[in-house]
Amino acid sequence: MSQSSSITLTQCSRTFAGGHVALKPLDLHVEAGETLVLLGPSGCGKTTTLRIISGLERPDPGGRVHFGERDVTALPIEKRDVGMVFQNYALFPNMNVADNITYGLRIQKLSRAEIDRRLAEVLEMVDLKGYAERSIAALSGGQKQRVALARAIAVRPRVLLFDEPLAALDAKLRDRLRLEIGALLRELGITAVYVTHDQDEAMALGDRIAVMQAGRIAQLGTPREIYHQPANAFVADFIGAVNRLEVQTQAADGTFCVPGGTLRAPHLAKAATLYCRPEDIQVVPIEKAQLKGRIIESVFLGQAQQLAVDTGNDTTLSVRVSSRREWPAGSEIGLMIPEQALFQPTAPGARAHG
Amino acid sequence: MSQRLRFSLQLGFTLLVCLFMIVPIAMSVMAGLTENYFQGLQSGLTLRWVSEVWALYSDTIWLSIKLAMACLVITTLIGVPAAYGLLRSRHRIAHAIEELLLLPVAVPGLATALALLLVYGSYREFRASWLFILIGHVLFTLPFMVRAVHSVMHTARLPLLEEAASSLGASPWQRFFGVVVPNCASGILAGALMVVTLSIGEFNITWMLHTPLTKTLPVGLADSYASMRLEVGSAYTLVFLLMIVPLLVMIQWAGKLTGPRR
Ligand SMILES: Nc1ncnc2c1ncn2[C@@H]1O[C@H](COP(=O)(O)OP(=O)(O)O)[C@@H](O)[C@H]1O
Ligand SMILES: [Mg+2]
Repeated sequence: MSQSSSITLTQCSRTFAGGHVALKPLDLHVEAGETLVLLGPSGCGKTTTLRIISGLERPDPGGRVHFGERDVTALPIEKRDVGMVFQNYALFPNMNVADNITYGLRIQKLSRAEIDRRLAEVLEMVDLKGYAERSIAALSGGQKQRVALARAIAVRPRVLLFDEPLAALDAKLRDRLRLEIGALLRELGITAVYVTHDQDEAMALGDRIAVMQAGRIAQLGTPREIYHQPANAFVADFIGAVNRLEVQTQAADGTFCVPGGTLRAPHLAKAATLYCRPEDIQVVPIEKAQLKGRIIESVFLGQAQQLAVDTGNDTTLSVRVSSRREWPAGSEIGLMIPEQALFQPTAPGARAHG
Repeated sequence: MSQRLRFSLQLGFTLLVCLFMIVPIAMSVMAGLTENYFQGLQSGLTLRWVSEVWALYSDTIWLSIKLAMACLVITTLIGVPAAYGLLRSRHRIAHAIEELLLLPVAVPGLATALALLLVYGSYREFRASWLFILIGHVLFTLPFMVRAVHSVMHTARLPLLEEAASSLGASPWQRFFGVVVPNCASGILAGALMVVTLSIGEFNITWMLHTPLTKTLPVGLADSYASMRLEVGSAYTLVFLLMIVPLLVMIQWAGKLTGPRR
């Protein structure tokens, strides 16, 4: 691999014709060799950010893009040494697998021997040995995306960019290819920026995740930080499910009165709402419970059972429990939430939609 | 029962329409091959009229072919980049031009020819050369080339393919010849066949622009009908059909290639 470079965006905004601001001025640094995931709902500006990094899109005047120390703001994409993988594969239908993969190598005018060597190498990497002569039309979606991946890494780019590469595939295939891409990125040690709206994908692939909301970065952190210390309600909602408990009264010793009982969380400041994840709520015998409620809905999911519990809270509490036992709707249930599972967003923010 | 009846009626009607269109053509072809049209087939079959046509009018045929080929080269060289430009441009003007592409089809050929005569008529040398007619043919056929290529470019998702190519280091020129042209080849082929067919068959503009020394096949055809035996004119039709029908069949075939594909 050629040297991977870090990526730095400085005050990059993007305003489209008609005055629509797709991206507010944005600063972002991606370390060399790191995989950064841009995560967010549709329309939040992920693709625009990625295209500014790639050179397919220019930031508004004033924004700068650096690869390592080098200012590449004015360089078109073909001079930036990036590899791109698109959602719709973007394979050349007039070429077979081998010609697709070697397109960039032929542009670079490498020797025939070197081209053949690299072709064999990347076909091996993406597990498509023996497919070199296939036509593109004869491939499945998963195979197409692997060809696209091979084509992007064959040129040994300094940076790999992915725009929702798995979104067009069915769930099973998506999971498998996600694992393969993860393994490949670690093996190559290449700087990668990966756009997705799928939180599982983001968690699995990202060294760090930038959660985007309406043209800005709502939070940037490791998957663990994003999940357990979401910066605002939007992030908390977007990443996994979250329960909100309205605080009725709050004592100085860190006891919070909420509908259905009291909770202890001395590490939290004054708050009107407490948050916790469904899987962190434990079921305990009624007499030992912090919260009491009634199961109003019980959904068997296979790997878990999803309960909706009415504790008198504004919204029902979502609780994930083992699916071994039966949890009939209508029965009373006692709940306990460990202190450390309760959190508040570190910064105020808007509610997530969807 | 009523289903069968409806089918029979539809079949009958279709056959009737076919007959209506085919019979005159068949008659004309027969006329070109019979010794004496007014005596009918019993006068005997002959190729005499065809060879007479060849002797009298072969230069019109060559001119038509020359015109069609020159027209094809020019419309391809202008039309493919033009279609590509239209595709790439997000400007409002691009949409206006797309609409304008229909115009030459709607404007009568005579009007186009008059306009050309007004502008270039006074340049004697040019006026008398076949290049003058070529201009008319290019004006008339260019929109067909642009439209054929443009529509294939649309369905081929070229912008996406080009982005992929550019990420692999391809310069705009390399993308145009390595990605754009190969992926709209079917459109270029369809457009080319259309251009050649239209150019060979074009009468309105050509009739206005021609001189005694620059007669094309359809102009010669009109000429022969006006001044020769009916058999000669008919034999001429036969020659024309022999040239144009293979092109029409190829257009059909190219149309299938350009159809939706995955
Ligand atoms: N070429 C464009 N012209 C106008 N608006 C655009 C263009 N591309 C994107 N947008 C708008 O910018 C916003 C962000 O788009 P995008 O970056 O594609 O979002 P995402 O990839 O997160 O779904 C959207 O509101 C979108 O409609
Ligand atoms: Mg997008």
